[in-house]
Amino acid sequence: MTAAVTSDDDIILKAEGIGKVFPGTIALQEVDFEVRRGAVNVLVGENGAGKSTLMKILAGAVEPTTGRLFLRSQPVTFQSVRDAARQGIGIIYQELNLCPNLSVAENLSLVGAPTRFGFDIDRGKQAERAKALLARLEHPIDPDKLVDDLRIGQQQIVEIAKALAADVDVLIMDEPTSALSAAEVEVLFKVIRDLKAHDVAIIYISHRLEEIMRIGDYVTVLRDGRRQADAMVKDISVDWIIERMVGSTGLAVQGTASRPGGNALTIQDLSLPRAAGGFFVDHVSFSVNAGEIVCLYGLLGAGRSELFECLMGLQPQAVGRIDVGGRNLAGSSIASRIRHGLVLVPEDRQRDGLVQTLSVRANLTLASLRRFTRFFSLNGASEKSEARDMIKRMTIKVSSPDVEVTALSGGNQQKVVIGKSLMTSPSVILLDEPSRGVDVGAKAEIFKVMRQLSEAGLAVIFSTSDLKEALGYADRIIVMSRGRATAEYSRDKATEAALVEASTAAFSEQEKQAS
Amino acid sequence: MSSEVLSATKTDRPKRRRPVALLLMSFRTFIALIVVFVFFGATTPNFLDVPTLIIVAKHVAVNAILAIGMTFVILTAGIDLSVGSIVGFCGMVAGSLLTRGIPLNIFDITIFPNVIETIAITLAVGAGVGLINGLLVTRLNVAPFIATLGTLYIARGAALLTSDGATFSNLVGDPRLGNVGFPFLGSGTLLGVPVSIVALVIFAMVAAYVAARTPFGRHVYAVGGNERAAALSGVRVNRIKIWTYMISGFCAAFAGLLIASELVAAHPASGETFELNAIAAAVLGGTSLSGGRGTIAGTLIGAFVIGVLSDGLVMLGVSSFWQMVIKGIVIIAAVVLDQMQRRMYRRFALEAQLG
Repeated sequence: MTAAVTSDDDIILKAEGIGKVFPGTIALQEVDFEVRRGAVNVLVGENGAGKSTLMKILAGAVEPTTGRLFLRSQPVTFQSVRDAARQGIGIIYQELNLCPNLSVAENLSLVGAPTRFGFDIDRGKQAERAKALLARLEHPIDPDKLVDDLRIGQQQIVEIAKALAADVDVLIMDEPTSALSAAEVEVLFKVIRDLKAHDVAIIYISHRLEEIMRIGDYVTVLRDGRRQADAMVKDISVDWIIERMVGSTGLAVQGTASRPGGNALTIQDLSLPRAAGGFFVDHVSFSVNAGEIVCLYGLLGAGRSELFECLMGLQPQAVGRIDVGGRNLAGSSIASRIRHGLVLVPEDRQRDGLVQTLSVRANLTLASLRRFTRFFSLNGASEKSEARDMIKRMTIKVSSPDVEVTALSGGNQQKVVIGKSLMTSPSVILLDEPSRGVDVGAKAEIFKVMRQLSEAGLAVIFSTSDLKEALGYADRIIVMSRGRATAEYSRDKATEAALVEASTAAFSEQEKQAS
Repeated sequence: MSSEVLSATKTDRPKRRRPVALLLMSFRTFIALIVVFVFFGATTPNFLDVPTLIIVAKHVAVNAILAIGMTFVILTAGIDLSVGSIVGFCGMVAGSLLTRGIPLNIFDITIFPNVIETIAITLAVGAGVGLINGLLVTRLNVAPFIATLGTLYIARGAALLTSDGATFSNLVGDPRLGNVGFPFLGSGTLLGVPVSIVALVIFAMVAAYVAARTPFGRHVYAVGGNERAAALSGVRVNRIKIWTYMISGFCAAFAGLLIASELVAAHPASGETFELNAIAAAVLGGTSLSGGRGTIAGTLIGAFVIGVLSDGLVMLGVSSFWQMVIKGIVIIAAVVLDQMQRRMYRRFALEAQLG
């Protein structure tokens, strides 16, 4: 506890004895946290450890049940995010908070838009301001584009730009890199160093521990809603953090490659044309065997999500053959694909995965209700007991299956989405970025479940832009670039360099053609 | 991992007795119902007499049946503005079938369906208008508000066209044509209970069962809560939506039959603004217009609050102008209380856990 002692003058924001209780969960208990100016203050912890809650309290979005906050040594209470923002605290949330119906420039000027004579909005100045902010992030996104039309990674960039638009003394970043590619992360780090030089205090939450070692100055570990440890980053190692997060370093779950069974899924010439010409998914063919874990590796916009959407029937324009268990499912409905053993765990769980108004139980059983149906009637008892079993199997942290799903932390919500898809008894399970916004512990659990599933004879396909995940957990890796499958490696043949090269293959080809 | 299991069992049954205030709030609409009953019982002579109560219940039946159908639509985050017009149109369909029959010009004969057939055809017509609503909303992607606003005008126009604006009167049928007995629906009794009240009970029970205990019901809630997630879970979103509009149309047709039967006449303007009463009842009963939240029981209580209130005010001699003002205040107060209850629920849930 004494490792991090520096002059108290550096502490701009301080939380003392913070506690917070939600229906169904105690999120925080007696947490102290100091934020130092001109430094990156890292907060780590497993799913449900209370990181996001603590952030929301510091940003004024959530009121603490107990405890006090001090800003520049003065006790403060924040009535709202706006109130906190006025006092110099900005936040970038883990879940994107943009208006999809507005343009990038409008989103960046939502509050305090430049006006002409204080009356109407100066669109020119607004666009200029947006351009300047995006240029600072080295991301020339067209300011007139609708946010809805951007990919998630680009939306994340806009979100960061939005926080930079206001002058802040404290900037909270809740997993800013979870949707970013490696190159985008570099840009973000540059911006962070720049902010540090301007004496801004950064509060940084990430599950990518290597990132923390690179960018962090101070680290505080939360576990089960309590402060577990803190230290200066230069004094510690990744193992030190993991040990304090989960209580042990035994995290290696790299199961042995399972022996594949018969063919489970074959796709042939699957394509999804782009309205503007070209393809989102460009004549992709591959097959996956039962009991095999296949990784789709690629950068943002490589067409992985679109490929999954084609497989699941969300893209009616898709063409090509999709054989599951010897039956061509191309053109059939989502329901019939699920019935034939195909299921998708979507990338964006808030938008596509959860029904926020329903309980954990109703969410878990939503895709498999016919199993609990006798004639017209739902059998509540068997539904409840199976939901309980799944909660146990997925180690979902919840007091009762009837708690509303919104009361759960991000990682636990992700487990609910995966549990829901498992309840359909699939033969092929597709997971789009299953570790997005999920901490090390839960990530390990999720990949462990994937290994168990493959051992039980399921074909598992997951997408990632994380090299370590691709190399660590897959039996076979298919690399995508610009909608095309550019390379395929078995586990023992794949190297980081080869994957990176293949993931940019389509770009370099295009450049060659252009020049 | 072990700590997670521990904390899960530790907080497994945190159910403590809920504070009285919260209990009162959760039953607020029901309490409001009791309050209006007690108020009118005390101020209005004979209000609590059985014959008066039966009249009130019969009035409520029409609105409640409409509101039950409306609840399904609103649960999917839709809205059905056409129900009032369907009431009028279906009344006219029934009236026309009973007085004019179905003329088959090619054979130069006219078929007169009996009363059961008339009712069946009319209900099918109502469900058919609902089907059109559903197809507009799903296949042609028209916003529910606009689609049903359109059918509101179309169905009302069609009702007027059926008779050139005239009323079909004296719908008692003709023994020679074998279509007598229509008034039974509106003024008959089963075991001493008016048919319309029996019908309301059946509608309510079936609807409550469907909403709470069937996969269809669960799908309705899921579609309203998050359409994309529901679709990805294999819920046939469009089909579910179409069904809810058909249910709403069916309920509206039945309400139209009740009115025509009770008056023994079909008037093309009947049912005007009924859609607003139905929406009000659903909202009063705690149904969220953004979808995914609400119950049939709540809607039923909401319909009774509105019905008892308006009948009671009439009996008290309050002017119809003031009645409107009061109704509006009650609806707004209901929604405000609903928000307060949700906040209160959250706070008490927290305190229960802390303690």
